[in-house]
Amino acid sequence: MHPIVKLLSQRIALGLLLIIATSALIFAGTQILPGDVAQSILGQSATPEALANLREELGLNEPALSRYFDWLFGALQGDLGTALTNGKDIATSMASRLANTLFLAFWAAIIAVPLALILGLVAARYAGRWPDKLISGVTLATISLPEFVVGYIVMYILAVNYRLFPSTSVIYDSMSLLEKLNAIAMPVIVLVLVVLAHMMRMTRAAILNVMQSAYIETAELKGLRPATIISRHAFPNAIAPVVNVVMLNLAYLVVGVVVVEVVFVYPGMGQYLVDHVSKRDVPVVQACGLVFAAVYIGLNILADMIAILTNPRLRHPK
Amino acid sequence: MNDELKYLAGRAAQGRVSRRAFMGRAAALGISAGMAGNMLASAVSAQGAVKGGTLRIGSVGGESTNSLDPALAASQVPYHNLNTFGETLVEVKADGSIGYRLAESVESTSDAKTWMFKMRSGVEFHNGKTVTAEDAMRTMERHSNDDAQSGALGIMRGIESMKVEGDVFSVTLTTPNADLPYLLADYHLQIQPDGGFDDPAAGIGAGAYMLEANEPGARHLWKKNPNYWDDTRGHVDEVEILVINDATARMAALQSGQVHIVNRVDPKVAQLLGRSPGVQVVNVGGPGHYVFIMHCDTEPFANNHLRMALKLAINRQEMVDKILNGYGTVGNDFPINAAYPLFDETIPQREYDPAAAAEHYKMSGHDGSPIVLRVADGAFPGAVEAAQLYQQSAAAAGIPLEIKREPNDGYWSDVWNVQPFCASYWGGRPVQDQMYSTAYLSSADWNDTRFFNDKFDELLLSARAELDLSKRKGIYSEMAHIMRDEGGLICPMFNDYVDGLSDKVQGWEKDGTGELMGGRASQVCWLA
Repeated sequence: MHPIVKLLSQRIALGLLLIIATSALIFAGTQILPGDVAQSILGQSATPEALANLREELGLNEPALSRYFDWLFGALQGDLGTALTNGKDIATSMASRLANTLFLAFWAAIIAVPLALILGLVAARYAGRWPDKLISGVTLATISLPEFVVGYIVMYILAVNYRLFPSTSVIYDSMSLLEKLNAIAMPVIVLVLVVLAHMMRMTRAAILNVMQSAYIETAELKGLRPATIISRHAFPNAIAPVVNVVMLNLAYLVVGVVVVEVVFVYPGMGQYLVDHVSKRDVPVVQACGLVFAAVYIGLNILADMIAILTNPRLRHPK
Repeated sequence: MNDELKYLAGRAAQGRVSRRAFMGRAAALGISAGMAGNMLASAVSAQGAVKGGTLRIGSVGGESTNSLDPALAASQVPYHNLNTFGETLVEVKADGSIGYRLAESVESTSDAKTWMFKMRSGVEFHNGKTVTAEDAMRTMERHSNDDAQSGALGIMRGIESMKVEGDVFSVTLTTPNADLPYLLADYHLQIQPDGGFDDPAAGIGAGAYMLEANEPGARHLWKKNPNYWDDTRGHVDEVEILVINDATARMAALQSGQVHIVNRVDPKVAQLLGRSPGVQVVNVGGPGHYVFIMHCDTEPFANNHLRMALKLAINRQEMVDKILNGYGTVGNDFPINAAYPLFDETIPQREYDPAAAAEHYKMSGHDGSPIVLRVADGAFPGAVEAAQLYQQSAAAAGIPLEIKREPNDGYWSDVWNVQPFCASYWGGRPVQDQMYSTAYLSSADWNDTRFFNDKFDELLLSARAELDLSKRKGIYSEMAHIMRDEGGLICPMFNDYVDGLSDKVQGWEKDGTGELMGGRASQVCWLA
């Protein structure tokens, strides 16, 4: 077997193991929440008989370990159970929320990643001069503000003052793609502003790091233009650290946008999770936790794999 | 007023001159934009309701766990949904009288124990089924059922039996209650086909709007019910209720024209919001109130002189001005105000009187140790600030208060109704009897002032059976006096309902029965 295939399959196996370990943590975490699930569903007016019936129905009398395996095997087969609060199937109700979250993350990423890379390259090219300072200053300013403040500022300027975009981003199936894009314009802008700086700074740092290598000096002595040096010689060697940061930010776009979703009333996963946490809807919380963990771990494995594949030393071992 | 302008306003109202052109001409004639807007609004009202359009409401209080089952409604968005698609037997009108909806008339036996509701004929549910007295009875049965977990279960408990004779639905109570129609006007009690036993969350009722899209926690879209029986309501084609829990986002949605109506405008920003173009803030007094409560059976509050000293040591007007920013009215140490039917306006208003407070404090013989007042931000908006104001005004009367700040988490289980002196709030009830029965009757579950007064209990029960309104008013007035002078309730203020409206919304009236015109805005308003 080619060592790279071995390396990659090791990574994937490790990732799966990590997801299973996370599932155990999630399950344990929801078990040690104070209060009894049956009690929190029925509320104050619960009679002892009703409580006993519901515990039986939910299988709460069985040992935690067997409940964990039941849940895990169900989840592996795509059965996440039913929500306690409204009795709906979690997988189906979560699917549309997850699709919305991915939709928003996709468009934010499509803009943010190339923009961050380009800005990072420009900043590296003019390191220490005014374009570098301007780019760094602006992006660091937007990352330093809390997301909801950025959200409010964008909303005030674009929705209230100029009425360019709607201030709430509710989307639904009957909308056309263009209508949807119009609706999510503002959250996308906010998310781009929030994730830009991290990726941009990493690109800049990684390239500047590479620029001090001897082969770059050689390229300079050959008389290559600075832009060519960066794009042909420096950037390919800076991909690994950049990809890692890009993936972290992509994961953040999926799992960390609760505040933006609330501010712009976007029907995504974050809102869905928060609503169910406050209602103690444990199966939904577990399912959301599992999905978030899978997204996070999956993207990080992807980053690892790209880093491995782009590293010539690993591709062509001696 | 200028005749030319009046003529123009009329033309604009008919749509023959554009709104913009009208406002421009008005400005040219030296009329302020606000005044011109008002002129236009009154001209539009005179033309009668305009049909069509989509009315968008931005509301706090919606979650993805919300159901359309009327029994389960507990927050604002479900409340507005129910009022949009459902219809109750009767409603409480803005003036406090009973309005007839699915019931055409209501009668009772002279002892107020049995009540007969005659059903309106020819009304259909959204699914085409005719509304019958049977449906009304089944609805009440479902809400009486423990399994339904209905928010109206407490109301149903007083019912002994129900029956249907032709188109008359009758209810017999265990004890007389002259307020029964008010209780059955509760928003949970939307009449559903077969009482909603088959599918309570289907969103099928007899109201002006039918379900088009139901996305809990995000939006609810309702379209006009073509067979709706009442021509005076249901003017727009569609009602969209958007869940906007974030206050700033809600205000921005109104300012940017994305929604026409918002609820829960923060009093702190209400004036700023009202100044922005195309938007007005409307407030109306309601039954909700912010309170400080003392346990009448716990030292030192068991001493009525001390209670009186604490009541006299609070500056009510200052609270209304600073905590509510003027969007409210002063309270009078009993939980009733003009928003309730049969309210006695002649009861003297208690004023801030440090001298009298000091005198009562002295008479109470309190040892001068600080009296601990427990508050949390979650007790009511501005509760901590209110407690600080209270501390200052009490200090001026020589009464030392110590403010103990509690966490919001667990405030309602560990502090309220447990600790002897704390901050709290009440949303109010439609009638005095219900408010008093919920919290001030000796046997009440939520007797959070530990008020045990035999005379008061006796009066409350006698008022229930009294059908003569002037006599009942007299009894309630006597109860209010007892409460005010002996109770454990310090009620500094009644908070207004503060809503925000776009200038496109017409047909809005002052209605203190609830926020957004008692939930009726979606049915009675229209878009200019």
